[in-house]
Amino acid sequence: MKALRWLLLAVVLLIVALLAWWWFGGGHAPTPRSASKVSAATLADPQRIAQGRYLAIVGDCAGCHTAQGGAPLAGGRVIVTPFGDIPAPNITPDRETGLGDWSFEDFWQALHAGKGRHGELLYPAFPYTSYTRVSRDDALAMFAWLQSLPSVHQPDGKSSLAFPYSVRNSLKAWRALYFREGGFTPDPARSAEWNRGAYLVQGLGHCNECHAARDSLGGTPADVHLTGGQIPVQNWYAPDLGTRRHGGLEGWSAQDIVDLLKTGQSAKGAAFGPMAAVVSGSTQHMSDADLHAIASYLQSLPPRAAAAEQPVLFDAKVLTEQGGKVYTQHCAECHGKRGEGVAGVYPPLDGNSSVTEPSGINATRMVLLGGFAPATTANPRPYSMPPFAQQLSDQEVAAVVTYLRRSWSNQASIVRAEQVRASRHTPVD
Amino acid sequence: MTKTRRPLRPRWFAVASLFAFALIGASASRAADAPVIPDTLQQRIAACTSCHGVHGEGTPGSGYFPRLAGKPAAYLARQLQDFQNGLRKYAPMEYTVRQLPPAYLREIAEYFAAQQVPYSRSPLPPVSAAALQRGEELIGKGDPARRIPACSSCHGSQLTGVEPSTPGLVGLPYDYLSAQLGSWRTHTRSTVAPDCMATVASRLSPADITAVAAALASRELPADTHAQPAGSVTPPLACGVLGATGDDS
Repeated sequence: MKALRWLLLAVVLLIVALLAWWWFGGGHAPTPRSASKVSAATLADPQRIAQGRYLAIVGDCAGCHTAQGGAPLAGGRVIVTPFGDIPAPNITPDRETGLGDWSFEDFWQALHAGKGRHGELLYPAFPYTSYTRVSRDDALAMFAWLQSLPSVHQPDGKSSLAFPYSVRNSLKAWRALYFREGGFTPDPARSAEWNRGAYLVQGLGHCNECHAARDSLGGTPADVHLTGGQIPVQNWYAPDLGTRRHGGLEGWSAQDIVDLLKTGQSAKGAAFGPMAAVVSGSTQHMSDADLHAIASYLQSLPPRAAAAEQPVLFDAKVLTEQGGKVYTQHCAECHGKRGEGVAGVYPPLDGNSSVTEPSGINATRMVLLGGFAPATTANPRPYSMPPFAQQLSDQEVAAVVTYLRRSWSNQASIVRAEQVRASRHTPVD
Repeated sequence: MTKTRRPLRPRWFAVASLFAFALIGASASRAADAPVIPDTLQQRIAACTSCHGVHGEGTPGSGYFPRLAGKPAAYLARQLQDFQNGLRKYAPMEYTVRQLPPAYLREIAEYFAAQQVPYSRSPLPPVSAAALQRGEELIGKGDPARRIPACSSCHGSQLTGVEPSTPGLVGLPYDYLSAQLGSWRTHTRSTVAPDCMATVASRLSPADITAVAAALASRELPADTHAQPAGSVTPPLACGVLGATGDDS
């Protein structure tokens, strides 16, 4: 009996030790620059640096690592998540507050395996779930470019994550569910263009980080790819990117996709909200070859299942009628009586995936906020839309958005005044 | 064996031409239906004019959306840049201008700077004669004991502003003026360092803010409301917006 008790104690102690290891363990020493297999001359190669600059634009590093009005890539922008705020770190070559002491091996470990310099697990606000597919050569070029930047001394902000998320090792469980260290394996059955597109979309472009729904743990299941979802906290809906039947971009030609990414607008719709920032900071600068490659890949996404039939609610008719009046008064002058838009100036609303996306939040917020189409080299003086937040009541916005979503060829669900009210409180950064 | 073509019989010709006209008519009415969008800056900046007015007249009645008409172009361009950089905080403005390139911001600023719109009276709060007098004092003389410079020492003798970067203060609503002074104190409105207006606002008491805003808003407009020429004043403080880089006194 006594022996059994001792055995039990031993088992308990073992479990505690294992848990402690799970919770606290996992660190390792950084690779010192002197021990790096990459020479200083390799990092100083101007051609590699230029290539790295281009790739960093493709990956839109500055989108997170440059704060509003801040020095380029010196960090400071706060990434808001349902789990707390995570400030993006300084990635300039400052020795104390940036990547000045990092070797390429350290950088590769962060990008590829989602681990910091001392082996600490990185929060997936840094999208290593996608970046793990980036090739070593491309990572090396980006590192060379980052190291060529002027160093900026700016300590990283503090995260506001709550327990247990504040303990980095809690990510072990998250990673077991949502992260596989990997790479990009080209599909020999497909063209080189398609493979390039797949590599960019799945890897550096990290499109899936927004264009797929996240679950309650903030992860995206491995089999969910570009099927659209609402971006947590930011509350914009990143649409499904399929161009085939029932896809969010159903009917978009390769040229429509290239146009949107290059100029900010296309015959099918315009970029706005977070995508406007992506176009302006990243995609407009991409080469035509890369844009066509992305289009070729997106066009190959499989057809989607039809959305469940929306039950026609008793108030849909009343809302739509009221919305029609608001539309005639405020919208038709620019978007046309049939929602046809004006080519190159105002996007069409008929058949526009941003109008008909499942949540209705995009059209609601566009009506409230208005704003300019992205300014790009191709469209440096964009037209704009008035914000209607001050002019229209929640009920009027709900009515006009419902009208848009159920007129012409559009057949989406209604939007209610309560949803509009909630959208008035969402952040606009 | 060539077949001679029979001329169209008049009746058929009439039917065919009617049909053709109907087609043309239909497409013409469809075209007439389509929105006609002028390629003008005014049309492009509908996002600005829907609140600030087509000519930048603002909303003098409520004072909520400030007047932009006739303010110095460099001042307006600076404000847009400050919204973009988060120095000046107002979410709808930050959202609206966040991706616009400097050349476009400048063009928009010049558009509003060039607008000539008569000023209109705005409602005043009930303030005592003593407060108005204190306000007038701050405008013309400042308060040397508290190192508050006179408004006129920077904003011009007639308070119509000074080219290129100092805005006029006359003709603006009380609500707008007091809200701006408050924003400087709470750092929701700031600009490039050294931020001289933040320094001045921090030296004003809340009662001073009411007094000076009321006095400015109740002033009669001068005959010429244009900003004074550049270099016509010597500011008593170092201001980043005026090109100063050092610390102010």
